[in-house]
Amino acid sequence: MTRHLRVDGPNHDDRLDHMAQGVLGQPLNRLEGPLKVSGRAAYAAEARPANLAYGVLVQASVPAGKVLDIGDAPGALAVIQDKRMVRYAAQGQAQKAPKSGPDQVEYMGQAIALVVADTFEAATHAAQNLMVRYAAEDVPVNPDAVTPELPPQKQASAGDLDRAMATAAVSVDAVWHTPSHGAAAMEPHAAIAQWDGDRVTIRAGLQMLSSNRAQMADALGIRASKLRLLAPYVGGGFGSKLGINAEAVAAAIAAKELNRPVQVSMTRQQVFDLAHRRSETRQRVRLACDPDGRLTGIGHDVLVSNLPGSEFSEPVTQATPFTYEAAHRQIVHAVARIHRGCAGSVRAPGEAVGVTVFECAMDELAEAADIDPVELRLRNIPEDEPVTGRPFSSHKLAEALRDGAQRFGWSDRRPNGQRAEGEWLIGMGMATAVRVNMLVESRAKVTLLQNGQAIVETDMTDIGTGTYTILGQLAGEMLGLPVDRVEVKLGDTDFPPSSGSGGSFGAASSGNSVYLACEDIRRQIAKAMGCDEPDLTLQNGMARAGNIARSLSELIDGSLTGEGHLEPGKTEKSVRQATWGSHWAEVAVNRWTGEVRVRRMMGVFACGRVLNEKTARSQCLGGMTFGIGIALTEAMEHDSRDGHAVSRDLAEYHIPCHADVPGLEVHFLSERDAYVGPLQAKGLGELGICGAGAAVLNAIHNACGIRVRDLPATPDKIIAGLEARA
Amino acid sequence: MKITLNLNGTSHHLDVDPRTTLLDVLRHHLGLTGTKKGCDHGQCGACTVLMDGRRVNSCLTLACMAEDADITTIEGIGTPGNLSPLQQQFLDHDGFQCGYCTPGQICSATAMLEEIAAGWPSHASDSLDGPFDLTHAEIAERMSGNLCRCAAYPNIVAAIRQAGRDGSRQEDAA
Repeated sequence: MTRHLRVDGPNHDDRLDHMAQGVLGQPLNRLEGPLKVSGRAAYAAEARPANLAYGVLVQASVPAGKVLDIGDAPGALAVIQDKRMVRYAAQGQAQKAPKSGPDQVEYMGQAIALVVADTFEAATHAAQNLMVRYAAEDVPVNPDAVTPELPPQKQASAGDLDRAMATAAVSVDAVWHTPSHGAAAMEPHAAIAQWDGDRVTIRAGLQMLSSNRAQMADALGIRASKLRLLAPYVGGGFGSKLGINAEAVAAAIAAKELNRPVQVSMTRQQVFDLAHRRSETRQRVRLACDPDGRLTGIGHDVLVSNLPGSEFSEPVTQATPFTYEAAHRQIVHAVARIHRGCAGSVRAPGEAVGVTVFECAMDELAEAADIDPVELRLRNIPEDEPVTGRPFSSHKLAEALRDGAQRFGWSDRRPNGQRAEGEWLIGMGMATAVRVNMLVESRAKVTLLQNGQAIVETDMTDIGTGTYTILGQLAGEMLGLPVDRVEVKLGDTDFPPSSGSGGSFGAASSGNSVYLACEDIRRQIAKAMGCDEPDLTLQNGMARAGNIARSLSELIDGSLTGEGHLEPGKTEKSVRQATWGSHWAEVAVNRWTGEVRVRRMMGVFACGRVLNEKTARSQCLGGMTFGIGIALTEAMEHDSRDGHAVSRDLAEYHIPCHADVPGLEVHFLSERDAYVGPLQAKGLGELGICGAGAAVLNAIHNACGIRVRDLPATPDKIIAGLEARA
Repeated sequence: MKITLNLNGTSHHLDVDPRTTLLDVLRHHLGLTGTKKGCDHGQCGACTVLMDGRRVNSCLTLACMAEDADITTIEGIGTPGNLSPLQQQFLDHDGFQCGYCTPGQICSATAMLEEIAAGWPSHASDSLDGPFDLTHAEIAERMSGNLCRCAAYPNIVAAIRQAGRDGSRQEDAA
């Protein structure tokens, strides 16, 4: 029997607070950790089937046009240009393959063919020496060069913002630019495909196996039942592995054609070209307030880009409608159709750049109104969601602001430019953290063996988020077992289909499905014990009810199986679900070189129930560091002539390194959100990035009086600002 | 071409394309996939191995250049059931998330602690002569060739610092 739950209403039972095992929430080491630190965890390109051939993708060297001839490749086993090969990656949760047909080029760098050889060296050489001929076409590659689309469903307004701006006591009206960002997961996209008759197994770096299976079956023209996907370990995702990509489709096609297993790994440069980029954004923010700093108007007018026909557009304003109160509002969402690499979800799509810019604007307003930045935010927290009037499922912003200010020593902050240590100017900045929360349909199966061992199975992935560990802790808590008695099996489409990892919904969605599966087993045990399930206590392999205590081995004949099925329900619409927090940064700006050093950074977050304090903290460290990158270092520059990504490796695209990141501080606020299923947990993987960069940028302003609105704040821009002020 | 590699204490006789990097020999020819390919250009450090005790990017090292050297990969540093003290600290401090850069971080840190012990200064050192305290700045500077997109950096530094302190205490006791 499958235990099914649609989340239609609140759950105030706090059941997980009343279980006996006491493992959930504990800062346990990762279950798969010993394999990872010893190099034994095998990622996508790390199976070694016999007779493996190596494929290397060939990329277009024109921004658009027709491939006329791809030439031949001496020394290679095959040059494959199959009409099923895809032009770009599938968007997250898509149920169909992305556009196929590699002979038509839509952006420079698109995969147009695959060269396969017996060795990686021979394949690389042959791929680099193909003589490809094109009929090139002229296409727009810069957002400013086209008239953007204005999708009607993405525009919103209430009241009269222009009037609010004109009559405001204080206002801000400025434009920010953020560049394209790369997810830049450390494991380049890779796949190994192997056919057995009409069945194919593809081992790949993927975040969401159940939708990936549908995409891949559609791409290959086979039934999903003939396709097995494996992703036991994924070397980071950050959105870039949400959908299938060119390498996995090409590997499957090549393996069929050559009748032997084929591995295709992207080079780092190909990852930058072929994985979805976060669109560059132009954001005009207008804020109006009364003399007390109460917002009367909010405007957020954005321009993003994507390829013609791509449905995704960076949801920059996602959190704008509900973060702050204001009667007069306007959201404008414009999409420039241009021929740069496909844009898609990169960690915290929308808020990562939207909240960051908006929180910089709030800092500017605080200064203009001569109100403390923390106080300005506290004065504008809405009671219910603005415009819709929906209640919030839980709202922790005020607490996060007050708690953070106290912990960080915000009261020590000085006026702009008044703190210096030698040649370093010191400043402090803060920002609100906010990210929408969601659940996604998810299934899991749990088996409890007579020997007191449990096995959790779901096609969920662990992309570094800690899924193995939290699902083990959850099953241990529900079934009364130490975590070392729970085996968690993930990343295999032979297991029940899950939410997958993405959008911060993985832990809560898959966790609730495991909860339900365990509840199913608990009911069976309760029946054997002759009690009601809520009266059952399970701890260390013993079942107790009233004055009866029996060991699981006595109660179980063979094994018990439970299946859980979670679906989002009415609470998606009936309440506004979000996670909240606050970001704090102290930076030093070198008055001569413009170098910015982040000296201290702290985040205070509320994400509902914390499932493992250690892995949860690590998620926040990662998000906050993405924020440092957005503020200071990361920019995928595009060539203005052909649109190609110029900074397309890790020497040119600067992700923060060890020396860029100080000791970071993370604090969690205690919270149980009743509207997100019995687990009462919300997403966390992205909250840490939403607004983090703004805290850094606002700290730069406090240090030296300079606002950088064209991100990232590299030394050249700081120096220009310092010179302008001198 | 025929080469011999001394790897984790064992000799391997191989016949490889002369263009083959040490990294690809490990991963493709010997099935030692613990050493990771993150960029193939010496930019990320995921492929770090030890050659005669010194850390090198195996993606920038042709296999034939490693002949006669003693090479240690992550597989030679510890096993899941018998982790090195540094590996154990990475586990305890959650010095990784996805785990892909981790073998490189651990190989790099293993050699880095030796460099500090040998009195090699860094850009972050207060003096050229040492001894060098295992400060955050000192460790972070010396580890900056190893990128981690999950950004476990603070945890990695804490793990290395603890392993370094435990190591020097053991030396003091000996």
